[in-house]
Amino acid sequence: MSATGIGAPVRRKEDHRFITGQGRYTDDINRPGQAHAYFLRSPHAHATLKKIDTKAAAAMPGVLGIYTGDDLAADKVGGLICGWMIHSKDGSPMKAGPHPALAQGKVRYVGDHIAVVVAETLAQARDAAEAIVVDYGVLAAVVDTATAAKAKTQVHDEAPGNTVFNWHLGDKDATEAAFKAAKHVTKLDIVNNRLVPNPMEPRAAVGDYDQGEGAFTLYTTSQNPHVARLVLSAFIGIAPENKLRVIAPDVGGGFGSKIFIYAEETVCVWVAKKVGRPVKWTSDRTEAFLSDAHGRDHVTHAELAMDADGKMLAMRVHTTANLGAYLSTFSSSVPTYLYAPLLSGQYDIPAIYCEVDAVYTNTAPVDAYRGAGRPEATFVVERLVEVAARQLGKDPAKFRTQNFIRKFPHQTPVIMMYDTGNYGASLKKAMEIIDYKGFPKRRRDSARNGKLRGLGFSAYIEACGIAPSAAVGSLGAGVGLWESAEVRVNPIGTVEVLTGSHSHGQGHETTFAQLVSDRLGVPLENVSIIHGDTDKVQMGMGTYGSRSGAVGMSAIFKAIDKVIAKGKKVAAYVLEADEADIDFKDGNFTVKGTDRTLDFGSCALQAYVAHKFNGQDLEPGLKEGAFYDPTNFTFPAGVHICELEIDPDTGITRIERWAAVDDFGNVINPMIVEGQVHGGIAQGVGQALLEGARYNADGQLVTASFMDYCMPRADDLPSFEVGMTVTPCPSNPLGIKGCGEAGAIASPPAVINAITDALGHEEIAMPATPQAVWRAAQKTLSRMAAE
Amino acid sequence: MANLSMTVNGKSVTATVDPRTLLVQFLRENLRLTGTHVGCDTSQCGACVVHLDGKAVKACTTLALSCEGASVTTIEGLANGGTLHPMQEAFREHHGLQCGFCTPGMIMSAVDIVNRRGNSLDEKTIREDLDGNICRCTGYHNIVKAVAAGAEAMGKGAAPVRQAAE
Amino acid sequence: MYAFTYHRPATARQAASLLAKKEDAKLLAGGHTLLPTMKQRLASPGALVDLSSCADLKGITRKGRNLVIGAMTTHAEVAASPEVQEAIPALAYLASHIGDPHVRHRGTIGGSVANNDPAADYPAALLALGATVVTNKRKLAAEEFFSGLYETALDEGEIIVKVSFPATSKAGYAKFRNPASRYALVGVFVAKRGSEIAVAITGAGEGGVFRWPEAEAALKARFAGKSLDGLKHTAKGINGDIHADAEYRAHLIGVMAKQAVAQATGKA
Repeated sequence: MSATGIGAPVRRKEDHRFITGQGRYTDDINRPGQAHAYFLRSPHAHATLKKIDTKAAAAMPGVLGIYTGDDLAADKVGGLICGWMIHSKDGSPMKAGPHPALAQGKVRYVGDHIAVVVAETLAQARDAAEAIVVDYGVLAAVVDTATAAKAKTQVHDEAPGNTVFNWHLGDKDATEAAFKAAKHVTKLDIVNNRLVPNPMEPRAAVGDYDQGEGAFTLYTTSQNPHVARLVLSAFIGIAPENKLRVIAPDVGGGFGSKIFIYAEETVCVWVAKKVGRPVKWTSDRTEAFLSDAHGRDHVTHAELAMDADGKMLAMRVHTTANLGAYLSTFSSSVPTYLYAPLLSGQYDIPAIYCEVDAVYTNTAPVDAYRGAGRPEATFVVERLVEVAARQLGKDPAKFRTQNFIRKFPHQTPVIMMYDTGNYGASLKKAMEIIDYKGFPKRRRDSARNGKLRGLGFSAYIEACGIAPSAAVGSLGAGVGLWESAEVRVNPIGTVEVLTGSHSHGQGHETTFAQLVSDRLGVPLENVSIIHGDTDKVQMGMGTYGSRSGAVGMSAIFKAIDKVIAKGKKVAAYVLEADEADIDFKDGNFTVKGTDRTLDFGSCALQAYVAHKFNGQDLEPGLKEGAFYDPTNFTFPAGVHICELEIDPDTGITRIERWAAVDDFGNVINPMIVEGQVHGGIAQGVGQALLEGARYNADGQLVTASFMDYCMPRADDLPSFEVGMTVTPCPSNPLGIKGCGEAGAIASPPAVINAITDALGHEEIAMPATPQAVWRAAQKTLSRMAAE
Repeated sequence: MANLSMTVNGKSVTATVDPRTLLVQFLRENLRLTGTHVGCDTSQCGACVVHLDGKAVKACTTLALSCEGASVTTIEGLANGGTLHPMQEAFREHHGLQCGFCTPGMIMSAVDIVNRRGNSLDEKTIREDLDGNICRCTGYHNIVKAVAAGAEAMGKGAAPVRQAAE
Repeated sequence: MYAFTYHRPATARQAASLLAKKEDAKLLAGGHTLLPTMKQRLASPGALVDLSSCADLKGITRKGRNLVIGAMTTHAEVAASPEVQEAIPALAYLASHIGDPHVRHRGTIGGSVANNDPAADYPAALLALGATVVTNKRKLAAEEFFSGLYETALDEGEIIVKVSFPATSKAGYAKFRNPASRYALVGVFVAKRGSEIAVAITGAGEGGVFRWPEAEAALKARFAGKSLDGLKHTAKGINGDIHADAEYRAHLIGVMAKQAVAQATGKA
């Protein structure tokens, strides 16, 4: 392994600009003549728009234009779309209500967009927005996930019973039969709490229109600018793709929430032409809380059937998933194909049946948030397994081991074909790190101090590297999920890689360069990674679902193969040898069995000067592109163990130790991978202990700022002990599985299993706030007193 | 509109501003120093932290006019010419950043912790003193390591921020 | 923010005169409540009178048995002050736990006291210590000063100049922080001056800061945490919100009171 190649903890190339304040985020971009947009948002969760009077507002100082849903309709601007078709059990397509970028006739959640004001300054735009008079016909709000389908009020005319779809997966009959034969059944009711992703950079957009060229440019906080362009062109109809450039510059975190195509960027780019000025919008944090797509929000009943020995026989799950007021870009896929196929976990379960009812409510749209469906599935599986072990009186580690899948490939009853893994190895290593044997003593020590100590396992699996295009197409996806790359070798051997992946914290400029450096033998500093601009990179699918390593880098790998192949042809001419006799290693083309070599830089120069070969026989230049379509999902898996202590007097839970052992296959940069694990755990701990988006009965979001929505801070968390095991992924050339979501998937059940272990009962929901834990601990104390 | 003059990163600046201009807006919009960020509206996240007369403050909760005559150091003023400040270096070395958005505020806060508490910082102190800065990417693990290392490096002859920037 | 005019007087007297002259004027101290409120357009003063240049409102002095803190003294200055640490260590401790380090660099005792946020820390200290709020017009005992949620006895045009605390080392403060905002979910300040015992509670009262007479009586018998064993604050009059309901807050009052006493008696 070289100091900068694959496997080395190379310090990040992109860091210099960030640590010196030279990062360039969307809000840092200002176009000449730029005006500012402010969105008038609905203060009501559900209301008809009887009249919108913009007359007085339009006359206010600095106002350049005020536009509403009527103007969108007049310009034939299409609505926002959901790109994944789900069919209900009865075969009917999901019930998608219209989703205009500015409301037409009705608003459906607090924060829904009524009008945009464009003015010289943001303050003027906001002043004018306050002068718009809206006559609302306030309607009752549907808020609660569990009861939305029974509500008298209907959010969309298209969706009776507020039901988007009733979907299912698995073999119902086989599952029922297995339950009938079971000796023991564990049952659990679970709420997966609603979260707000909250990347630290709020969303922003700058729309610009070049009248001379008739072309638009949109700067936006996107994880996938090409998908944004595709949707804005093909579905919303802003402009054809060749007349719309989308640039996602430095993006300050996404976690899923910046995958989606939102109303604000749609409107900014559209109105830029109408007012003849560049138009900027930057979300404030409250707007982010109200209008960024939220995550999770499931209500689930789950059951696990076992035989007399504790061998798992079957699982059945019913989930109600809240999708909010409109179907966001990928929302329908999250509680379905990103969820139910993971219900087998790491276990050999012969039969699984899952039903999912998706409902509309008068709340912000819900879509993918770090892990997207897989954290929800893992929470169901790992809570069920933990409770089952307790009910059977089995050690939770032994019970898991007993049921682990050991033979690969393994076909689960819910679509997935696990390719490889060694679950026992991760469990063993995690137990060593946490000193599982020493836990009983640590628990007694805590008890002596009046504290309750608990330890919780989470053995997770996820499916990522999303995904084989034909497979997702058959499941309803509207797009293919390949990735593209172009490797451009310059005449003196420096390299530019254009990738359709997008880095918003993942460190692609470093890891992707490591791959190139390693394979082409060029110094790391001679490699530049270019992403996030549809005028530079031809097409791409972007970064989410832990796919950039497994899919994005595989595309680069493939393009590098082509560069090397072409280089061999060039070298053959230069070295006057047969192409088949040319080897490429450590940056040198060598004629087999001789000392005749051509270094990579010289080869590049020869490719461009084209003096040594006939340009009709071999094209000059050294530039190759590739599209990589995966052959399977990848299956990162691992075991996290959380050890914590509860103060029953205050309800405060302190996480004392955290052991994380993950199998991500081969790792390009362990420093970056560990960083991804840390961040994921923090978000999962946030879900388990601190975070919860709450609407009141009127549909007002009562946790709409950091004053009320508790983000994990440094002193809420411990340092983490991270280990790895490796079974290389067989389906991609680098053996990579992906690491971005693992921490967020693994951690919530680890925390709750530890809390319930400490409490000695299962009556706690997420977030396990001090109040909730205090109340639950009182139950524990009174039971202990009674014993 | 009102006249305003202050020193930013060692340079005198003067401007005429609307009284409602916040320090962070003045830095970002008037001076185009866009390294100072805005991550919330309620003074929690700390993405906007700068040093005002040597002390870390939230530039989103300070009026520009309140800084009349003051000396402000932003992330852009932390490095000494081409030489990174030891705290910047430590954040890179220990992978204390991912998306980079909270990073300027984090680094300015970290330097302030050292200014207040010295060069030998334990994990508990660092975690508690990072109370006013939220990071969504790193889980703080590597930030804590970076702050400890940066603090130590600052003690080894590397100039503290005030001298470096003013 | 809505538009306003900005004024930065050099003395409290000038500030008072501006406050009287300008329509709809508000004082700006550290700004950490007022500015966020204005940013959200929930407050719209026509003029802001920034007190940050009023040198006569700053500083910490020991005057005989009293500790006097200027209204524009920041939380960080109070926390770091050797005078405060010597005269009333619990007060320095309280100041060191307000908000976060950046907030403490800007936020002031005068601003906190004048705002009387029901979740602010200082009101509990003033009430328990029997402090005196000195304004440009008069002196007000803490118990008459704090009159309700965000309400004080301050008149229009009246400016807090300083706060005077009788010194005592037998005092302690314990706070259960709101995990999100870092304000006090429940804060209990306990003080013993001679035979006088005071227990003041912030963060929990429906009407703002208040005293807990039952705890005071119990501690009068013996100033020790054990004296509070079995004593429970009623949930009546205690506020509840999404972070903590009244029952939990009432329970925390007892827990925090014990911790405060432990601190006051050097047993923390």
